[in-house]
Amino acid sequence: MSSAISSEDTIGIPARPKRWHILVFLLPAFIVYSAVMILPLIETLRLSLFNTVDGQSTFVGLHNFQVLFGDERWAADFWRALKNNFIFFAIHMLVQNPLGIALAAMLSIPKLRLAAFYRTAIFMPTILSFVIVGFIWKLILSPIWGITPFFMDLVGLKAFFGPWLGKPGSALIAVSLISVWQNVGIPMMLIYAALLNIPDEVIEAAECDGITGWSQFWKIKLPLVLPAIGMVSILTFVGNFNAFDLIYTVQGALAGPDGSTDILGTLLYRTFFGFQLQLGDRSMGATIATVMFLIILAGVSLYLFGIQRRVRRYQF
Amino acid sequence: MSKARISPLRSSFVHLALAGYTVVALFPVVLTILNSLKDKNAIFRTPLQPPTAETFSLIGYTTVLKQGDFIGYFQNSLIVTVISIFFALLFGAMAAFALSEYRFRGNTLMGLYLAIGIMIPIRLGTVAILQGMVATGLVNTLTALILVYTAQGLPLAIFILSEFMRTVSDDLKNAGRIDGLSEYAIFFRLVLPLVRPAMATVAVFTMIPIWNDLWFPLILAPGEATKTVTLGSQVFIGQFVTNWNAVLAALSLAIFPVLILYVIFSRQLIRGITAGAVK
Repeated sequence: MSSAISSEDTIGIPARPKRWHILVFLLPAFIVYSAVMILPLIETLRLSLFNTVDGQSTFVGLHNFQVLFGDERWAADFWRALKNNFIFFAIHMLVQNPLGIALAAMLSIPKLRLAAFYRTAIFMPTILSFVIVGFIWKLILSPIWGITPFFMDLVGLKAFFGPWLGKPGSALIAVSLISVWQNVGIPMMLIYAALLNIPDEVIEAAECDGITGWSQFWKIKLPLVLPAIGMVSILTFVGNFNAFDLIYTVQGALAGPDGSTDILGTLLYRTFFGFQLQLGDRSMGATIATVMFLIILAGVSLYLFGIQRRVRRYQF
Repeated sequence: MSKARISPLRSSFVHLALAGYTVVALFPVVLTILNSLKDKNAIFRTPLQPPTAETFSLIGYTTVLKQGDFIGYFQNSLIVTVISIFFALLFGAMAAFALSEYRFRGNTLMGLYLAIGIMIPIRLGTVAILQGMVATGLVNTLTALILVYTAQGLPLAIFILSEFMRTVSDDLKNAGRIDGLSEYAIFFRLVLPLVRPAMATVAVFTMIPIWNDLWFPLILAPGEATKTVTLGSQVFIGQFVTNWNAVLAALSLAIFPVLILYVIFSRQLIRGITAGAVK
């Protein structure tokens, strides 16, 4: 097919005029995208190999990475941010995505009344900015206002209330759960759509075989929406390893208390831009951005070449 | 489809669970808006009650509107969002048309190149973006933000729009060519009107992250004259941490426009995310 077309292209119309309009159509997007996105990305990767030596930008090879991974001033912060980022991601995978699947499964029950209302309401937090979400939850969890202790009192758990955002042991979990609250709408919607796309015949065939209810969900529906779950996971991964706004809003640039909520995004901001007594460092900023790029690239490649190809897709 | 598959008992469990989570999703926002309309005593004494005649007060709103230039912030956000969406849609549609309509060398490669940005976030290039903006004197201008957001919106716009443009009938375009329309006229007069629904979906998708972004306004345009609503409320609320009336009012002011747009466009948005599975 393709060879037939190309031979027709080359032999059938030998002297085709230059098709300038293709260039005109492509050029604006290509220029803006390359100039503002791709070139800066490449330049950032390049900068990570340079550092200022005696006031001059010098090629230092992988020295910046050695400093970031091993130097005592940098390594502790970096490894902590990396670890926190993985915990942040793990909480999303363990809470947000199962919750999203459960909500989607309930919403997709045929002829469920009020489904449109539930769907719209539950998705609402997703469209709010991190700033709004961060501050609202800061107020609600604040011991001064007392909303949370009041509710915990209602169910007799008041003794367990604590200033979660202010304690190093619980702050990261609390911030992650706020983020889950905000973003659960995305897995819910994507999996909901996948569930609605399962043809009725498949479900009816399952029912004829006596597979209903729970076992139908586990044995029929869940395997059929696995590609959607894979996509949700990679979206969560990219979003989490590039997160910044929520933690900056709730805990500030220092990602307190005591750096316990510091993730790669906030570390990049502080390093590159400087904060309070710390001066901004362009090379180290670029180095951290490069590490983030490599992590995201590794995740995306694993998804595209490892998971997405292996997940069995069913053609209906 | 119409068989009664679900027992009344299970159905009420499902409603209980969904309604419960709906309350969890809505409660914080409702609480904020309700309390922003009350006086300080009532905020702390009876936080869960709606404002009554006695406790009603707009003190927070008057403080906010007096102190911060919220109208200016809104204007900035609006300008940045509208212009970025316009260019992302226009350039994106043009590129999508080129990729889906013509066969030329490097077509697939160009498609892949333009798709990198779907997965790799533009934030990772911030160090060099700031450098470039400093070099061109664009720091603290809305132009810097518009450029960045246009680039950020392009990959997804191109991806979605080229899928839709493949569905436009070839016969129609060829009829246009026989009638002597130029390729540009075919694009602007025949194809663009036909993919309008897809353009609306892309616009809604592109809008939310631009309107809500904190990172680039913070780094590229933190000046008072160019603050967006997201950055403006972040800075403002940070200054007024102890004035609860002002904080709640500022939050409500930031929520209202988004909420109103959401109520109007939620169907469009949800249909876009679910790729038409939800009617």
